[in-house]
Amino acid sequence: MPVVAKFEITYTQFLDEHGKAQQELPEFAADADEMARMYRFMHLTRVFDQRSINLQRTGQVNTIASSHGHEAAQIGLAAAMRPEDVLAPSYREHGAMLWRGVRMSQLLAVWGGDERGHDWDGARHDFPYCVPIATQCLHAAGAALAFKLRGEEACAVALCGDGATSEGAFYEALNAAGAMKLPVIFWVTNNRYAISMHVDDQTGAETLAQKAIAVGIHGEQVDGNDLIAVRNAADIATQRARSGGGASLVEALSYRLGDHTTADDATRYRPDEEVERAARRAPLHRMKHFMQERFGWTDEQEEALIEELEAEVEKEVEAYLATPRPKIEDIFEHQFANMPAALQAQREIARRYPVPDHG
Amino acid sequence: MANLTLVEAVNQALAWEMAHDDSVVVFGEDVGVNGGVFRATVGLQEKFGAERVFDTPLAEAMIAGLSVGMATQGFKPVPEIQFMGFIYPALDQIINHASRMRNRTRGRLTCPMVLRAPFGTGIRAPEHHSESTEALFAHMPGVRVVIPSSPVRAYGLLLSAIRDPDPVIFLEPKRIYRAFRQEVPDNGEGLPLDKAFVTRPGTDVTLINWGASALESWNAAGELADEGIDCEVVDLATVSPIDKDTILESVSRTGRAVIVHEAAVSGGLGGEVAAILASEGLYSLEAPVVRVGGYDAVPPLARMEYGYIPSVQRIKDAVHECMEG
Repeated sequence: MPVVAKFEITYTQFLDEHGKAQQELPEFAADADEMARMYRFMHLTRVFDQRSINLQRTGQVNTIASSHGHEAAQIGLAAAMRPEDVLAPSYREHGAMLWRGVRMSQLLAVWGGDERGHDWDGARHDFPYCVPIATQCLHAAGAALAFKLRGEEACAVALCGDGATSEGAFYEALNAAGAMKLPVIFWVTNNRYAISMHVDDQTGAETLAQKAIAVGIHGEQVDGNDLIAVRNAADIATQRARSGGGASLVEALSYRLGDHTTADDATRYRPDEEVERAARRAPLHRMKHFMQERFGWTDEQEEALIEELEAEVEKEVEAYLATPRPKIEDIFEHQFANMPAALQAQREIARRYPVPDHG
Repeated sequence: MANLTLVEAVNQALAWEMAHDDSVVVFGEDVGVNGGVFRATVGLQEKFGAERVFDTPLAEAMIAGLSVGMATQGFKPVPEIQFMGFIYPALDQIINHASRMRNRTRGRLTCPMVLRAPFGTGIRAPEHHSESTEALFAHMPGVRVVIPSSPVRAYGLLLSAIRDPDPVIFLEPKRIYRAFRQEVPDNGEGLPLDKAFVTRPGTDVTLINWGASALESWNAAGELADEGIDCEVVDLATVSPIDKDTILESVSRTGRAVIVHEAAVSGGLGGEVAAILASEGLYSLEAPVVRVGGYDAVPPLARMEYGYIPSVQRIKDAVHECMEG
C-alpha cells in the first residue's frame, strides 16, 4: 500500500538539567548582555510569582496562577518577539507579559479584582490575558491575518497550555493558520497538568506538537525548561512567520511546579516525589550553572540580583496597594463607546449605594 | 440525618442516584480524583469507580456533545461544566441537539441529561467566573433550567432533574455553596421541577427570587419586618418552566411584587415574571412590578462585585418603591 503521509517531530535541547551544553549553541548564547537580560527576567518572574502568592495568602489579592517552573518558556519566547508583534497570553504568562512591558502593579490589580490593570503600560496592542481556555488562539490567528492583509512584517503569538489543546478553538485556530498561511505561533507550554488532569489523559497523541501536522503547519517540541532551546525555537518560528513561511506550533515541555492557582491544592492529585523530581529540572537552576560556567557569574552577583529584584517587586507591590479603589461608575464607563441612556440611568442608581469592598 | 451545605447536598444527591441507578454517570473537568473544583463530586469516583465518575479532556462542547451521544444510548449523563463562564462552547450542543432531539425524532431518541454548572458572583473569582446567564438557557425550548438556593432544594431538585426524561440545566449558586447548613435527609425523595417554593409567608408584598439572591431577599425581608412590612418570599427554583400558579396566587394576596436576581436586569428572567404578572395577574396588582437585578454591565471583578448585585439596601428600597407605588 502506498504511504500517503508520514511525519516526525523533533525534540530540541541545548542544556541538560545541570546547564551543560549538549550540542553546539546558537549564536545568541554567546551574547553575555542578552543572556544576562533574559536571566534577570527569569528571576524577576520567579520573585514576582512568590511575592504574589504571599499577597494572596495575606488576603491582598484574590487568586494567583503561579508561573513557577515556566520562567524559561515565557522569557525565551517573549525575548524573540519584537515590539510590533502581538501577544495573546493565557493567565499564567506573567513573565512574558513583564518582558513586554506590563507593570507588576497592573498584573496584581487584575488578580486583586480591579479590571483597570488590563489597561496597561507596555505593548498596548497585546491582548489582555485570557481565561476561557484556548479562545485566545483564534485571536492570535486573527491578528496574524490583519498583519498579512496589511503586508506588515510582524507576527502574532498565542500562549496556551496542554489542556488548551483539547478545545475546539485550538484546532480551529491551527487550521485557519494552515489554510490561510498566517504569520502566527502557537506556543504550547506543556506543564503536564490541566488543573488535576495529567497530559497523558488529555490526549492519545505522543506529542502535542504533532497536532500541527494535521493542519499543515510546522510543529516541534523543545525542552521548555532550557532557555536556549526555547529562545532558539522562538527565533526560528517568529522569523518563519515574518518572512511569509507560515505558522508554527511549538510544544515547550515544562512542569507546573506550583498549584494550578492559589485556589487549588495539587497534593490532592499528584505525588510529592514527582514534583521534587521536576524541581530538579527547573529552568533557573540550570541557567545559573550555565551563567556560572560561560560568563563567570558569581554567587555574589546572584544574591545582589535577587536583592535588587525583590526591591523592584516591593516597589510595585506598594504601588498596587496604594492604588485607590475603582469607583462604581467604572463598571459602566467602558461597556460602550457611547453610553446608552438606559445605562446612564443605571449608573445614577448605582451611585446612590455604597459598595462594600470585597477585594 | 446529615447537616449539609448546598454543595454537600449536591454531592449527596449524586451519590444517592448513582447508587440506585446504574445508568447515571458523572464526568467533566477535575471531577474525578480532585472531586471537582468546588468538591461537588468528592468521593464519588472512590465509591462508584472511574468508569462512572471520570475526568474528560478540557473541552466544554465535547462534554455536552458526549452527553447527548450517551443520553440517546441509554445513559443518564450528569456532566459538570466547571464554571458557567465556560459553558458557551457547549451552547451549540445544547440548543441544536440536546434540547430538540426528542422533537426532531418524535420521541425516538431523547436526552435525559443534567448539565450542572456553578454560577453567579461573590467568590472573588477571576474574570469569566461570575456569570448569571440563566436567561440564555430559559429561552431554549426543550430544556429545563433549575436553580436551587438551599441544601434541601439542591438535593431534591437534583434527584428529580436526573430522573427527568429531558435535558436539565442545573445551575448552582456558588456564592451560597457553603453559606449555611440544613438537615437534608438522604431519603432519595425528589422535589417537583415545576413548583416554586414559598420560603417565607407574608401579606404585604411578594419578593420573587432565585439563586444566591435568596440570601439578600431573606435578609431584606427580615429588616423590613422590623419596619412593619410583611414580605412573602418566593423562591422560583425552576426558572424554566416557571410556576405561574404560585406567583399569581401570592400576588393575588399581597397585590405587590418585587423581583430580585443577580443577572443583568435587561433581558433577564425578571422580565418574564413581570410579563406573567402583567398578563395574568394585572387586576391583583396595586402597584407596578419592580425588578432589582444586576446592572447591564459585565459582572465586575471582586472590588466592585458587591456594588453590582442587588444588595439588601437596594431590595429594601425597591420594596419601599413598590409599597408607595
